[in-house]
Order: sequence, then structure tokens, then C-alpha cells
Amino acid sequence: MKKRAYIEGVIGLAVCFFIFVLPFIFIALMAVKSKQEAALMQFSLPAKILLWDNLVQVVKTQDYMLITAYINSILITVGSVALLVLFGAMIGYVLQRRPSRVSNIIYGLALAGLMIPPAVVPTIWVLQSLGLFKTLSGMVLIQVAYGLAFSVLLYRAFIASIPRELDEAAIIDGAKPWQIFFKVVLPLLKPVTLTNIVVQSVGIFNDFTNPLYYLPGKNNVTVQLTLYNFQSQFTSQFNLLFMNILLITIPPLVVFVFFNRQIVAGMTAGGVKG
Amino acid sequence: MTNTFSRRLFIAAATTATMAIALASPSLADTTLTISSDGNAETVKALDALTKAYTAAHADVKFELENRPGGAEGDNLVKTRLATGEMTDLFQYNSGSLFQALNPTQNLADLSDIQADVTDSYKAVVTSTDGKIRGVPFGAAMGGGIYYNKKIYADLGLSVPKTWADFMANNAKIKASGKVAVAQTYKDTWSSQLFVLSDYFNVQTTNPTFAADYTANKAKYATTPAAVKGFDHLEAVFKGGYLNADFGAASFDDGVRMVANGEVAHYPMLTFALGNVKQNFPDKLNDVGFFAQPGDDAAKNGLTVWMPSGIYVAAKSTNVEAAKGFAKFVASPEGCKIMEDANGATGPYLINNCALPADVPPAVVDMLPYFKAGLTAPALEFLSPIKGPNLEQLTVEVGSGIRPAADAAALYDKDVEKQAKQLGLPNW
Amino acid sequence: MNRRSPYPYWFVLPAAVIYSVLFLVPTAASFWFSLTRWDLATTTFIGLENFRQFFSEPFLLQGLGNTLIYAFLTCILKTTIGLLLAVYLTSNVFGQGLQRNLMFFPVLVSTIGVGLTFAALMHPTRGMFNVALANIGIAGPGWLVNPHLALYSVAIIDVWKGIGLATLIYIAGLATISPDYYEAAHIDGGTRQQMFWRITVPLVRPATITVLTLSLIGGLRSFDLIWSTTRGGPGFSSDVLASVVYKQYQAGFYGLSTAGNVILFLLIALIVIPLVSYFNRREVQQ
Repeated sequence: MKKRAYIEGVIGLAVCFFIFVLPFIFIALMAVKSKQEAALMQFSLPAKILLWDNLVQVVKTQDYMLITAYINSILITVGSVALLVLFGAMIGYVLQRRPSRVSNIIYGLALAGLMIPPAVVPTIWVLQSLGLFKTLSGMVLIQVAYGLAFSVLLYRAFIASIPRELDEAAIIDGAKPWQIFFKVVLPLLKPVTLTNIVVQSVGIFNDFTNPLYYLPGKNNVTVQLTLYNFQSQFTSQFNLLFMNILLITIPPLVVFVFFNRQIVAGMTAGGVKG
Repeated sequence: MTNTFSRRLFIAAATTATMAIALASPSLADTTLTISSDGNAETVKALDALTKAYTAAHADVKFELENRPGGAEGDNLVKTRLATGEMTDLFQYNSGSLFQALNPTQNLADLSDIQADVTDSYKAVVTSTDGKIRGVPFGAAMGGGIYYNKKIYADLGLSVPKTWADFMANNAKIKASGKVAVAQTYKDTWSSQLFVLSDYFNVQTTNPTFAADYTANKAKYATTPAAVKGFDHLEAVFKGGYLNADFGAASFDDGVRMVANGEVAHYPMLTFALGNVKQNFPDKLNDVGFFAQPGDDAAKNGLTVWMPSGIYVAAKSTNVEAAKGFAKFVASPEGCKIMEDANGATGPYLINNCALPADVPPAVVDMLPYFKAGLTAPALEFLSPIKGPNLEQLTVEVGSGIRPAADAAALYDKDVEKQAKQLGLPNW
Repeated sequence: MNRRSPYPYWFVLPAAVIYSVLFLVPTAASFWFSLTRWDLATTTFIGLENFRQFFSEPFLLQGLGNTLIYAFLTCILKTTIGLLLAVYLTSNVFGQGLQRNLMFFPVLVSTIGVGLTFAALMHPTRGMFNVALANIGIAGPGWLVNPHLALYSVAIIDVWKGIGLATLIYIAGLATISPDYYEAAHIDGGTRQQMFWRITVPLVRPATITVLTLSLIGGLRSFDLIWSTTRGGPGFSSDVLASVVYKQYQAGFYGLSTAGNVILFLLIALIVIPLVSYFNRREVQQ
């Protein structure tokens, strides 16, 4: 490796450490301290590491609410992201390949989804009339509706880099529209799809306000809600609060680490030819 | 490899949770009542004790307690859920003007027939505009005044101030001795309102009809000298340099800690804070005293009182009768006793025939004489349905020196205008 | 050319149904409600009174200004720093993979978690930042409690949290640029700087547009982070439109709050739509 790349890399690592890693070390330290030590909020090593004690206390709070929350959050995330990838790609594909007034209108409506803040109470009324209020499937559909704009935007921008010649070749071979999409185009969108999966699943898993309104109820808790509730519960117990933060950061971390390798693999395998 | 491990863990967790849920399901003949509360430690403790006692006496009624987030999110959640008919069977929430903002006539069940043991003063703050009583008291009445550290007072030879001038003189002496005079805790913005709101007794002494005039748009904070005093006091304390260094980021818990440990001499706060002292600094309970916010006249010294929160029954609940049964229990001397035992006595309860225990902390002892002598006035939010939502931000601004007191009072009047119009009050 | 396009509109259908029912319909309903005095039970039509009241709020103009400052500041920082970081992280430096992962961690933590953490780190007397500064003799500022600083502190936290995402999108974009361009330029004797400005920047446009649009809209709508760090305080100094709207909602002024939402939408539309059509036109020209 060239010397320059090496030096740059080392400096980069150091900077990275200070900016991005220190806050997490802080969270970890706070999470394993005792209540009194945590209240001082110092960046110091704990006198005694209470990792297991704190962990058990947080998980046990309110009848193991955290476990229910985990399950709910994971189900919602997986369901929503699957639909978002599918729909986002399909719509982005049509919009990019078929520029027309109709496409522009659809694009405009999708962009509106990014811009307009959702109206809570009318949405609750709609959900209620459809029998979807306070259900996980209702929540999934809400996340899809709110996340569609981002997905569509992302796919539309990147499908531009896939040459039409590939489509035309497939058409000449007699492929039907859905075949062109699923067999030719979609596989080439792997990096974008993976990016979309990572971003959307992290966003939905970490979403707080939407489940707060559309999914109330003790059995419906999601992980962000537990963190927020514990704030009033643990007003003076920062150690438990930070342990909670630590615990609910693990799934997104796992998703990222796993998919990140795939993204890199996809890109180094040649990706899309110019 | 990572995949299989996390999958196994997931399955294990899912199985455990499913089993736990299955084992916890009640039998069909039982009623399960859901209760939503603000999740504060004291609230949860009291509700826990009450529900356990009730189930012991009525085996077929079980309870599920839910916490909601505090502050704005909690208020929002309550209003939304009531509006969409998705509220729990019972819920704990503030009384007074906040109660009025819930549209009680529409959303809350009529509880007029279970008020046998409730004091009249409380009934007034949970009555909807159609005259029906729709709540029962939960917890003790609270006084708004100033906590003081007895040790510091003893060390410096200070006596409890009877006028505001005396209070400021004490502050000067405390500052001169090197200690911090007054704690302010603006991380919890609601705590910044105390100097303004606790002054109401003094406002009422000079302007007895202020509440009525204020509601009828005839009196304003900015143009009523007695009312502006609250804002002026807040400004004066900041200008005198009497505040703790971290006033902008200190929390309510910090404030309690500081006055209990003697890091600070004064902390303006509501008396429910004693519960916090008892829980976190039980050995310092005797070091904390309390006095009402003094006005200008030493002879007319009285306490501004906050009514406790209430327990309400959602009108659209499917278990209204069963819920009312529990509400009645809460509003009985027996229920009162249970709450007392759970959190200790932090003030008088609003239930007749519910006496306070003999051993109460000094701060409570300091508070009771005001009640006994009738030297109390309800806080403005219990006499008038209008309370501007931005008061706590304005008081933070005044207390941090960002905005002058007179400006803040004028802005608050404008803020209140919105609330009045929303409630459709006449004359606005 | 086939009569039936190989890009059929029915691809859009299932998503369109979900989107219309769960988003467009309630939003249209809310436009109506913004013209009323609404307490969730009764509705009284009052025309543009809500809007008039909204604009006469003294705190409001400050919130509007703050929204614009916050949005443009975070947008500019994310687009520039994001691209530079992406270029750096695709140039085969030592420890590249690790740095990429580390940089994305902030995106993974929930906003509430970030808010809590930074409130603790930025505490004026006990927080790590000021303690560290005190150790080298500098009196640290009141990051989140100084009314002149609060908004900018939150903006920095926002960039800290979001830079990983911007960089990720840029990296995906950089991956679509064929290495042939760089090789050709290298053969022609181009410097790193020239290659950056003449090859990278133009060809990474889709990513730039995406990051720009998303961070601008996100910045204009930003609420969660501001709320969890300062709640719009101290006083009103870090209030933005979204938090003002929320406070109106919390106070029970539903019609007024919905009107605020409409204003927020109009503001975003006025800024973003011209921007997006400008980029679209240039893309077609290419």
C-alpha cells in the first residue's frame, strides 16, 4: 500500500475514533455503572462493572416489556422494509424509464410524501375504519406509506445508470414487463437495494413518533417507546437508561454489519458497467 | 455463523415471550381494567398499592397499568386517544384547567355519584361545564412555595422570611457566605414557573377578583402590578446572581438533591418533591423545610395550593361500571390510607376522614399551619380555565436573563388569548 | 415500438393504493381542518384566522428563521462533508472498511438515544466536552443552554448523526462511476484535484441530488432531535416550525397546529420543488 494511503488512513482512524467512537464508549461506560456514579456523568471507568445487573434490571422492567418490544419492532421492520424495497424499485423503475406527464404527476405525489408532515388524527380515523388501528399490519402499512417517498427517490435516481440497451435486448428476446424488471433490472440494483434496506430498517426500527400514535397498548410497545417511557421511570437512574440505549442499538448494528459486507462485495464484484 | 446464532437467540426469545403471554392471560370471567398514568415513581407506587388492594377484595377484577411518556408527548397522547375513543378504562391526569382542556363533557364518564368522601374544594376542579363531577382525587394536595435547607439557615442565623424583601436579604447573606442561594432547574422547564405561579396568593390578596376578571378578558398580567410581580421576582433572583451555575441544564432531581444536601439554600418547588427526598435522600429529610412564597405584607402571608391529579374514567370504555367501582375505592378513606402508606404524607389528602399520620417530615409540618388557618388560595389554573401553553418557556427566558419581565408578561397575555379563543370563552 | 409499454403503470398500483388511503386522504382532510377551530370533537369554520394568528405569534418568526438556518446549515455540511468522506473512503486507505463502519454507527442509534447522550456530553459543568476543555484551560460554552448557541449545537449533532447516511449514499453513487474514466485521466497526467472536480463531481450527480434533497427536506422538517435535546429551548431560541407546530398540538389548538403543518409544507414546497425541477431539467439535458 502506498505510504500516502497508509498515513491518511491512520489519521483518519484517529479522527474517526474521537468523533464517532467516544460517544459510544461514553454510553457503554454509563450503562455499566451504578446509579450514583452514573448520575455524575463523568467520562470515567466504573468502580465496579455492573453489566449483568443493569442488563437484567432493564429487561425485567415492567414485566419484560423490552422483549415484547423487540419482537414487535423486528416484525414491523422486516415487513415494512420488504414491501418498501419491492414497491420502491417498481415505481422508481417505471418513473425513470417512462418519462411522461403521468410519471411526473406520480413523482410529484411521491415527493409530497417527503415534504408533507403526516396528519395524525385523520390517519387514525382511517385506520380505525379499516380495522387496522392498533395492529402490527396497520403499522407496517403506515411505515410503507411514509417510507415510499424515500425509496422511490433513491431507485429513480439510480436506475438512470442502468442502460436501456439491456431492457431492449430482453424485449427482443420476448420478455414480458415483469420479467424484464425482476430478471434483468432488479439484480443490477443490488447496491442500491442494500443501501435502501439498511437505511429503511434502521429508520423504522428507530422510529418513535409513529408507533406512539398508531400502535398504543401494552402489548404493542416498540423499542423506542420503552426508552422513552423509561426516561420518566428512571429519572435518576441514568445507568439503566443508557443500558437501554445500548440494548436497543444492537439489532440495527447487526443489520448493518451483516449487510455492509454484502454491499462491499457487490461493488467490488464489478457492479454496473459504465 | 452470525446468522444462525442470532436466529436461535431470536427463536428462544420469541418462545419465552409467547409462553409468558400465554401464562399471563386471564380467565374469561374476570374483568381486566386498564389504567394509564404518567409513569412517575410515586404515581406508579401508589397505583400499584391501590390496584393490589382492590384485587384482594374483588378477586374478579384485575388491572393492567400502562405508562405514558411525560410532558408534551403524554398530554398529546391522552388527548388523541380520548378523541379517537382508544383510551384505557381509567387514567390519571391533572385536574383544573388541564382537565378542562380534555373536553370532559364528551370524553369522561360522570362520577357524581361516588363523591361521598371527597372534599368540596376538590370537586370544584374536576367538574365539567355542565355541572357533572368527572374525577376523583389521586394523591395529596400540594403547596407551591420555597424549600429551604435548615442547616444553612441555622449556620447563618437566618429566619424564615415573611416578606419578599426579607427573602432577598437572606439570599444576599447566603451568597456572601459563599454558598449558592437559589436553585433553578431549567432542564425541566415546568419548574421555572414556580416563582410566578406560587405568587398567586399574594396577587389575590391585593386583587381579589383577578381570576374572574382575567377569565373575562378584563385583567391582564402585564397591566396588573400585583400579577407582574411574579415575573419581576424571577428576574430579580437572576439579576442578583443568586442562581446555581448550571441552572440551564439542571433537572428537577438535581434541584432536590441540591437543597437536601445543602449545596443550595432555596429551591422553589411544589411539595410533592418530598416524595423524591424521601426516596433518594431519606437521611436528609429532616434538613429540609418549607415556607410559602412571601409577598410584600408580612401580615398577609399565605400558601398557593395545587390540587392533586385525578383519576378519570373514559366515557367510551367498555367497563365503565367496573371502573367506577375502582374510582370509588380510590376516593375512599381506605384508598387514601393506602396512598399515604405508599408514598408517605407529602400534604393533606382531599378525602374527608383521612387523617395524616403522626410522624410527618418537617417540610410537611411547616406546610400544615397554612391549611389549618385557612391561609391558602388555589393556584390560578384551578380558578380559571385559561393557562397559556408557553408560560414555562417564557419563565425560562426571564429566569435566564434572555427577556425582561415586563415583555414576558405581555407575551404571556397574548399566549393566553389563543387558549381563551380555543375554549370559546365569551368576551375574547 | 410496442403498443403496450414495457414499463406498465400497473406496477405502481398496489403501492398507490396504500399511499393514497393512508397518506393522501388524511392529508387532504387536514387541509380542511386547518381552516377550522378544531377540538377534535367539534369543528367551527373560521377561514384563514388560524393562519393570521400563526403569523402574528412573536415566537413564530424566530422559529421560521431557525428552520431555514438549521436546514441550510445541515444540508450544506452533509453534502460537502459527505462527498469528501466518500471519496476518502473509496480511495483504498488503510483501515478503510473499519472507518466506514464506525462512521455509520451514529445513524444506527435512535434519535432519543442520541439526544440523551449529547445532553449528557454537553452538560455545561459536568459534560465531557466542557470537562475536557477545562483541562486545557478553556471555559466551555453552554452548548445547549446558551440561547445563541443551542440551535447550532443541535445542528452539529444532526450532522454527526446523519453524515454516515450521506456518505453511504455517495459511496453507492461512486460505485457506479467506471474506473476507466480515472485510468484515462491518470494516463493523461491528471492530478487528484482535477479528477475530483472533472470526473467525480459531475458523475456522482444522482447521489448529490439525493443527499441534497433529503437533507434539505429533513432539515426543514426536523423535529425529533431538537425535541430530545432542547425541546425548542432555552425559551424559544431553538424552536423550529415543526416544534412550534407540535407545541400548538400539545396545547390542544388542533386547527392552529394543522395550519402550521400546512405552512410548513408550503415552505418546503416553495424551496424544494424549484430545486428539484432544476435538477431534473439538467439531467434531461445530459
